[in-house]
Amino acid sequence: MNDADILKLVTQALFSVAPDLQGEPIAADKTFREQFEFDSMDFLNFIITLHKASGVEIPEKDYPHLQSLSGAVSYIREHKPSLGDNAA
Amino acid sequence: MIDFKMPSLGADMEAGTLVEWFKHPGEAVHKGDVVALVETQKGAIEIEVFNEGTLVEHRIPVGQKVPVGTVIARIAGPGEKLDEQEQFVVPSASIVELKPESIPQAEPSKVAPAIAEIEMKTAAAARAMVSPAGRRRAGELGLDLSHIAPGRAGVIGLAEVEAAALHAHTLPPAKPAHGGLDLAEMRKAIAAAMSRSHRDIPHYWVSHAIDVTRLMEWLEAENARRPLTQRLLYAAPLLKAVALAIKDIPELNGHFGDGVFNSSGEVHVGIATALRGGGLVAPAIRDVDKLALSSLMEKLADLVPRARAGRLRSSEMTDATITLSNLGEASADSVLPLIYPPQVAIVGCGSIRPRPWAVGGAIAVRRVLTVTVAGDHRVNNGRHAGQFLTRLETLLNSPEVL
Repeated sequence: MNDADILKLVTQALFSVAPDLQGEPIAADKTFREQFEFDSMDFLNFIITLHKASGVEIPEKDYPHLQSLSGAVSYIREHKPSLGDNAA
Repeated sequence: MIDFKMPSLGADMEAGTLVEWFKHPGEAVHKGDVVALVETQKGAIEIEVFNEGTLVEHRIPVGQKVPVGTVIARIAGPGEKLDEQEQFVVPSASIVELKPESIPQAEPSKVAPAIAEIEMKTAAAARAMVSPAGRRRAGELGLDLSHIAPGRAGVIGLAEVEAAALHAHTLPPAKPAHGGLDLAEMRKAIAAAMSRSHRDIPHYWVSHAIDVTRLMEWLEAENARRPLTQRLLYAAPLLKAVALAIKDIPELNGHFGDGVFNSSGEVHVGIATALRGGGLVAPAIRDVDKLALSSLMEKLADLVPRARAGRLRSSEMTDATITLSNLGEASADSVLPLIYPPQVAIVGCGSIRPRPWAVGGAIAVRRVLTVTVAGDHRVNNGRHAGQFLTRLETLLNSPEVL
């Protein structure tokens, strides 16, 4: 899974929990809260979707690291268990 | 034959625009099935059927706006016989022309041959996902979604709708785009409902600051134990506690109409949900007092995104017996809400904040939630609100029982 795949995975997770944002441009470093009025329910749904799609376990204490697009992408990149196994 | 009418989804709804049919002539329908998607001032609402039978006829085409009470489809009851002539009619306008304002004349003889084709197309559209913005734009352009091919990832988005519009040589847009929901229209509906509330309901407000440290510590321990997918937000125990407390104070729970208050034995809580861009809806979760926290959490997690995407069901728009307005994290200390008629009370919660707090004769830092009840003096008074708040405090302090 390369960075482009992870980016796709994260944006898909975002749009699936906030379908009203489908197609909106996402700033890399702004938090979802300031950018899209994300509340805790949006955010929890996002984390759950991301966990299901990536297999990455995300403890509650790590939530602050995933509040923006770039934060979420780096978090998944660093915690994805089997980097390189996904050549296909 | 049963007339299926454009329902009223709140006192201030006058008309609705048909956006999409989910059930087609010839299809069986069951109680609770979603038959159509209707655009209202409150967003796109999925209209449910409350009868068993077979859908016989669509009486209006996609794009048509009709007043509340207009027959939009007809349903044959179980075992009811039909004339060959009147079987399974799709209004011609949805096939041939795309004029949103034209009044369709259902002419069975003309449309019958085209039905098979339309049903195929519509089935394909039902499988494709449509972005709310795309749906809105298609409505403005008078385009039938069943005629638009999805883009990559199987989604009909704004781009697909715009591309289809270029090819369709269709009518110019009826009004400018507002994004996924028509927030200007929704604002008007909110203003109408709240003006009425403010004018007709003799409101009073009672507030109470509640130490929720114990609840939050219990929740953190609970969440550390739970797998990610089953973690709770504090909204879930809060909602449950509100429902249990309100059950003990029936004067605050129910509907007021025609000078009479009907207290409800069931607790259906409207969840005030802010929409990005400024809208507000309060769809109901039914029987909150009877739900375990995990299923309550699932219902919330399902409801909030649907509210934001503008995909609520008709029953969710009308069932609430009381409303909870929870500002949530990183917001203001307290809120003094207005009652949503015909309800007779609303509960407003501010953000939970650390505060200096008197505990056993000393000052400690505790996490505090300010809860405010607005009540309707025609039905209840401050004493009821006070009883509710005391009961709520007790429940929030014993989260294990929630």
